[in-house]
Amino acid sequence: MILLYGLLIFMIIGAVIAIETKDLLSSVISVGAMGLALSIVFLLLSAPDLAIVQVVVEVLALIMMLRLVVTREDVTVAHRYRYGEVFATTIGLIFFGVFIVFASIVFKEMPEFGNPLLRVSRQYITEGFDISHAANIVTAILLEFRAYDTLGEATVIFAAIVGALVILRGKGRNI
Amino acid sequence: MVPYILCMILFLIGVYGIIAKKNLIKIVIGMVIIEYAVNLILILVGYRSGGAAPIITSIEGASREASTFVDPLPQALIVTSIVIGLSVTVLAIVLCLRLYEKYGTLDILHIRRLRG
Repeated sequence: MILLYGLLIFMIIGAVIAIETKDLLSSVISVGAMGLALSIVFLLLSAPDLAIVQVVVEVLALIMMLRLVVTREDVTVAHRYRYGEVFATTIGLIFFGVFIVFASIVFKEMPEFGNPLLRVSRQYITEGFDISHAANIVTAILLEFRAYDTLGEATVIFAAIVGALVILRGKGRNI
Repeated sequence: MVPYILCMILFLIGVYGIIAKKNLIKIVIGMVIIEYAVNLILILVGYRSGGAAPIITSIEGASREASTFVDPLPQALIVTSIVIGLSVTVLAIVLCLRLYEKYGTLDILHIRRLRG
């Protein structure tokens, strides 16, 4: 468990660096380090499928963000503090403190860390192999019990690809 | 409860990046951080301490193994969520590229001016 806490703190430090540093290239690379730490966290939490998917997705997202950052000249925005921004940041930090206090009250009501509810997935665990004949229960849920969710995921990916193609198409027709 | 709190801090860092930064790339990075935090907290809720990955290794001992599995339902839904997060991120990055081509900057204060 000490490794889990260490990785979570590493991710928080990486997030702060990614948000606050001025160099956009180091910021993007910090996001990549965060994603790899997240995949190790998934491995520690006994989710190997998620770890594999996370690594692949992280590499793809990193390549896209590098393409946004590297090929552009002078995308760094000049930083300037004004009185209003300092005031807004202070108010934001106070709000975050209040948010963490109320979130900790909510977390007390949630199932304790290490004791999941398993109300829905008890049936999947006990009968999943007999129904779907898949040794991996996650695969059984994805492709047998919740197959419509996977179909919806494919629809969302299709919509995102169409959107990206339309935006990147260059000059449109004469409208 | 400590992992939940750390995860919530990660979420709040992402929110701060979205609402306080002037650079569009930083805003996209904030979105990515929020996505990581939400995925992570759902997996944390489904974790059983000392639990095994939900993969059946022997047919005879399947019922005995099933009592040690972590919750497989959040994992199956988060696999979907990670891939959808990638497509949302890519769409946001493509929008940033297009805005840079049109305005020559990624500062949201300069992009705000309208052109008829």
